[in-house]
Amino acid sequence: MLCFTYTYLKAPASCGFIATASIRLLAIRSSLFTWLMNAEIKKQYPNAECTKTIKIFAFFMCEVLHFFNLIGSPKGPTQKMNLFQSITSALDNTLASDPTAVIFGEDVAFGGVFRCTVGLRDKYGKDRVFNTPLCEQGIVGFGIGVAVAGATAIAEIQFADYIFPAFDQIVNEAAKYRYRSGNLFDCGNLTIRAPWGCVGHGALYHSQSPEAFFAHCPGLKIVIPRGPIQAKGLLLSCIADKNPCIFFEPKILYRAAVEQVPEEPYTIPLSQAEILQEGSDVTLVSWGTQIHVLKEVASMAQEKLGVSCEVIDLQTILPWDIETVCKSVVKTGRLLISHEAPVTGGFAAEISSTVQEECFLNLEAPISRVCGYDTPFPHIFEPFYTPDKWKCFEAIKKMINY
Amino acid sequence: MKTMLAIISNALCRMTGRNAGAQTVSEGARVVVSRSFADFTPQATFDIKKCDLHRLEEGPPVKAELTREQGLQYYRTMQTVRRMELKADQLYKQKIIRGFCHLYDGQEACAAGIEAAINPSDHLITAYRAHGYTYTRGVSVKEILAELTGRRGGVAKGKGGSMHMYAPHFYGGNGIVGAQVPLGAGIALACQYQGNNQVCVTLYGDGAANQGQLFESYNMAALWKLPCIFICENNKYGMGTSVERAAASTDYYKRGDFIPGLRVDGMDVLCVREATQFAADHCRAGKGPIIMELQTYRYHGHSMSDPGVSYRTREEIQEVRSKSDPISMLKERMLSHNMASVEEFKEIDIEIRKQVEEATQFATSDPEPPLEELCNHIFSKNPPLEMSK
Repeated sequence: MLCFTYTYLKAPASCGFIATASIRLLAIRSSLFTWLMNAEIKKQYPNAECTKTIKIFAFFMCEVLHFFNLIGSPKGPTQKMNLFQSITSALDNTLASDPTAVIFGEDVAFGGVFRCTVGLRDKYGKDRVFNTPLCEQGIVGFGIGVAVAGATAIAEIQFADYIFPAFDQIVNEAAKYRYRSGNLFDCGNLTIRAPWGCVGHGALYHSQSPEAFFAHCPGLKIVIPRGPIQAKGLLLSCIADKNPCIFFEPKILYRAAVEQVPEEPYTIPLSQAEILQEGSDVTLVSWGTQIHVLKEVASMAQEKLGVSCEVIDLQTILPWDIETVCKSVVKTGRLLISHEAPVTGGFAAEISSTVQEECFLNLEAPISRVCGYDTPFPHIFEPFYTPDKWKCFEAIKKMINY
Repeated sequence: MKTMLAIISNALCRMTGRNAGAQTVSEGARVVVSRSFADFTPQATFDIKKCDLHRLEEGPPVKAELTREQGLQYYRTMQTVRRMELKADQLYKQKIIRGFCHLYDGQEACAAGIEAAINPSDHLITAYRAHGYTYTRGVSVKEILAELTGRRGGVAKGKGGSMHMYAPHFYGGNGIVGAQVPLGAGIALACQYQGNNQVCVTLYGDGAANQGQLFESYNMAALWKLPCIFICENNKYGMGTSVERAAASTDYYKRGDFIPGLRVDGMDVLCVREATQFAADHCRAGKGPIIMELQTYRYHGHSMSDPGVSYRTREEIQEVRSKSDPISMLKERMLSHNMASVEEFKEIDIEIRKQVEEATQFATSDPEPPLEELCNHIFSKNPPLEMSK
């Protein structure tokens, strides 16, 4: 009881919704564990004296677990940062703690076209932060080599639209290295970063969201943050992860999203979706920029239709958190998935297919996908192309009235 | 004032025996002092810089002939491209043009010189700095500016934007760096296959010169002796990276290794023309591909988002502008050889300014493409696309 209260009260000291929730959960779990242990021991050793030692031991265990949890959760001094600054912070932390880490890509030396690597070359030297010539296939191939040899490689592709010359290297080389060598080699030290998604004026080749192409490839991890706090935590997780990761950064949020981000390193676990808002009628799933649209849609739905929406940020596209989404759909019975990429073959199709397999009898209405149209990303038609809040709202209405 | 000059000019006319009625005095109190065309040198020969050669016994001639008409035409072309690009700059800053805009001013001699040496039936493909080539390949300034502003009167119906402009025998306009080079080799293959004696001019920049697909194209073109002229427009900076920092070898004309190459002064329209003529003859004779490196310079940054001064000094830009500006060089040459008058050039300038103004009017007032165009032209025969989603 004591340790439960202790841990529970300590939780608010750390910032962030997940952290608090998870610490509280941990407190409950650890207390339960203690109680069970207590009960078990009492059964085995009816002597009263032992239980005191056990209690102290259990308390100590709680503290230890709590301590470990705090390492993983954001705490300490924070600073107002936008998305590109939080990325710089994550890279800064990595270069400081990992002497083998190198960052390379087109124009990263002066700071990068989106300022994600500003100051790093001056701080860590030109042999750790350097420019490559204009050759994406070369960049990724080179990165795989660096990773396989044991160094931490962080490659930048200037725009996700340019990643396609490197597609063969990523899919055929990076993703399959561990498998084909029987775990003798792997390029888990490789992380590829690329600006992603629509930006308002990007047109065909500065707006693409190619996550679906890579989702079809086992062996890769694909991660997309929705804001600065998530970006730093997820990027550090990707870098630490022992698998090749592609980290897409929503370019429209580089300056637009500003949050209080901890200066110390912290990680957010991969393959865990985050429930931003709990609800009972409809589940809304998305990632990246589109999550902010869905949050708005959720409040619109509450106001105008009295519909309570559960908003889930998938965060990791591959491997994705099937459990969280399915649990939510079992509760609400309706699912809407939204992304900017074209609807045919987009990742919403995969989610939709899996959910109907797992939760068929719980569905009240067909699963709705509100995505980009099956056209190249247009120049002048962008406002019509993107899945805005009105299209999502309409879809919710349809599902409710099904 | 007007009448006095009219009297004098009439007197002069009587002296030279020309028809007085043919003299016109322009509006707005601007008097053009008419000179007889016999006063101008019809043709002159100029010394041009010798080209560096790679795997070639002899190169293009070191002297170029220029007629008055040609000179004025090149001037007009280059000045139109210059004014059009500056207008695009202005419109971008006013946010009438949005998206990405890569301007060509400074490099006009390349477009004008190449066009002068090839036929309209030859083919040309380039990367995203394409406005100049779109004009030289026959698209009007009006259509180019309307495409930049995304209107239905644009050359690609407003759907392509700055980087995607096309015309007959001009294949754009390509956003992905280096991706147009294998396409160019393919077009050359089609020319060879069809036996039509046409060549394909495939352009790329110093940044793209490090892309793997170029070397694949060189190999195929050389293996099959394709009539492809690979041209590297070396403007010394791949976006913000100077050539020394990006390339192990900055001799771009030698990078084709087994393909012969020329290094050409890209700021001199005559030099470019002679070299392209030489290259086209080489290809048409069935000798296979050839590489040209045009040493040129761009005044603007890489795109409108790039001020262009963080990786090079303003002094450098100023120096190039004052010493090697292609338009000034041509103008001075013609004036020093008495091939045209200052007033004539001024008149051309004014005409071009007017043309660009009219084009801007059109580009800003034309309506945007209709919504049906969003899903149009995805496939050859469009299946109806569900717009409900």
